[in-house]
Amino acid sequence: MPEQPYEPDRVIAGTGAGGAMDLAAGEAETLEKTPGGPLGTGPQGKPRSLWSDAWRDLRRNPVFIVSALVILFLVFISLWPSAIASGSPLACDLAKSQDGAGPGAPFGYDGQGCNVYTRTVYGARTSVTVGVLATLGVSILGSVLGGLAGFFGGLGDSLLSRLTDIFFAIPVVLGGLVLLSVVTSNTVWPVIGFMVLLGWPQISRIARGSVITARQNDYVQAARALGASNSRMLLRHIAPNAVAPVIVVATIALGTYIALEATLSYLGVGLKPPSVSWGIDISAASPYIRNAPHALLWPSGALAVTVLAFIMLGDAVRDALDPKLR
Amino acid sequence: MGRYIVRRLLQMIPVFIGATLLIFLMVNVMGDPVAGLCGDRACDPATAAQLKREFGLDMPVWQQYVTYMGNLFTGDFGTAFNGEPVIDLMASAFPVTIRLTVVAILFEIVVGITLGVLTGTRRGKPVDTVVLVLTLIVISVPVFVTGLVLQLLFGVEWHWVEPSVSAEANFGELILPGLVLASVSLAYVTRLTRTSIAENRRSDYVRTAVAKGLPRRRVVTRHLLRNSLIPVVTFIGTDIGALMGGAIVTERIFNIHGVGYQLYQGIVRQNTQTVVGFVTVLVLVFLVANLIVDLLYAVLDPRIRYA
Repeated sequence: MPEQPYEPDRVIAGTGAGGAMDLAAGEAETLEKTPGGPLGTGPQGKPRSLWSDAWRDLRRNPVFIVSALVILFLVFISLWPSAIASGSPLACDLAKSQDGAGPGAPFGYDGQGCNVYTRTVYGARTSVTVGVLATLGVSILGSVLGGLAGFFGGLGDSLLSRLTDIFFAIPVVLGGLVLLSVVTSNTVWPVIGFMVLLGWPQISRIARGSVITARQNDYVQAARALGASNSRMLLRHIAPNAVAPVIVVATIALGTYIALEATLSYLGVGLKPPSVSWGIDISAASPYIRNAPHALLWPSGALAVTVLAFIMLGDAVRDALDPKLR
Repeated sequence: MGRYIVRRLLQMIPVFIGATLLIFLMVNVMGDPVAGLCGDRACDPATAAQLKREFGLDMPVWQQYVTYMGNLFTGDFGTAFNGEPVIDLMASAFPVTIRLTVVAILFEIVVGITLGVLTGTRRGKPVDTVVLVLTLIVISVPVFVTGLVLQLLFGVEWHWVEPSVSAEANFGELILPGLVLASVSLAYVTRLTRTSIAENRRSDYVRTAVAKGLPRRRVVTRHLLRNSLIPVVTFIGTDIGALMGGAIVTERIFNIHGVGYQLYQGIVRQNTQTVVGFVTVLVLVFLVANLIVDLLYAVLDPRIRYA
């Protein structure tokens, strides 16, 4: 049962329709153009593609603007955390253990006497790095495998579909515990590697379906009839028209990878101290929840806002890219 | 119908073998299962060799896998390294997790579908917007954060429930953990029902039902809901497996001694037999739940026939 929708808010594969709309819009514009005028220049003569339409929609969407601003801010503090937080996240003073807010520490101190504000700011880097790199890895591996399987079909396609079934049968957190519990390296790389290893089937399934839809379009058949090579058809004709659902799912997945990293770190198998991660801080704060709830709530809040921003961005992008909803 | 079930059961075999082999390889190749027995110090090589012989760990991995699967089908799940049969651990852990999953699924069905119908029939109204924003927030907050915060509020601050669940883990104690476990899926079920209801609300059969004068309640429950439930049933069905395996975090927060607890202990202590045994059962649950979902399609939608 390979076509089963596991992703509840799954994209209704609208690429085929999008491509058709694309062509129709292009045709309409051509009719309006003055003969002999320069092709595709000037604001009026420019053919409207799915992407420029989507971008126009997005710029007007307050949800997109807010989430994009939050994400820009997160990227900024993960590149230059010292810009808004002074001191080192590892400088802790046990004398200040579980203290409330004080000068230079608006969020108070945690059980080890570390500055919660500084640690929360520095924790953004881990989350953003893991989220972005894992999504990139998953998207590239998933689209290449799924796209090729969808385009060529045959035995490879069947094998890949069965393989994704196998990966879907293993609960993610469980796989993470098993694989990462034996890793001793305390960097983000094993975590990212694990996410790519268990995450690609999700994207591969979407990419496969979307390539199969795009492959049946007339312009692809036309390209084939004109003698285009497989690689030309895939790269020039199919890929641009099949990539939208992958982008949508990948954006939403980015948020879930950030949450997964924090969950794994909370369980003690993701990153470990002295690395700085919201998951580690939440885990460390949970025994003191009664006396120092602030040490738990600030990193939790930061984590929730980050994941929310990416999921809302994905939602907005989906609305903009799905022509059925227009 | 019969032929369809047989075909599906046959299709399940490669997935079952693949998934169990994958987890078997992960556990056996990545870690040294004997190391967990000797505690923090490294094992004495002679002891390690004897232990490996005793547990059959000196054989090649494929042979271990075949032996294990052979034993499994005679009901022998092996022995955990502390001498307890894995089947006994399962007998104590699975009832607890099944109760937890039942509570979670009930939350999904009752609360999720109700909210979905409520918002789907009132699209664009304030109720709709509020619920939609709430579901987004619930989806974004990781389960362990939801769990810790609810435990802090209900258990520690307001004393409505015990913060930690007793060994019996009866239904009453599992309400809060069940809600936490269900939270993310609950939000998905709400959104899915809402979309589905809103889509079907414009269809001809609903207009016909309204036109022939049926009361609104009957139109919604008999006509609209039944046709809108198919994607929701799919989701809840695939979620059963995910909930049972994903209870690791929830069970850890509320100190519930179920499947998630045993798995976590098994992984941390490198207890190969426990981990592989529990995962095998979880994979089976996942596959059977998927099959049942497909069969339910035909019940919900008589247009679907399986040859």
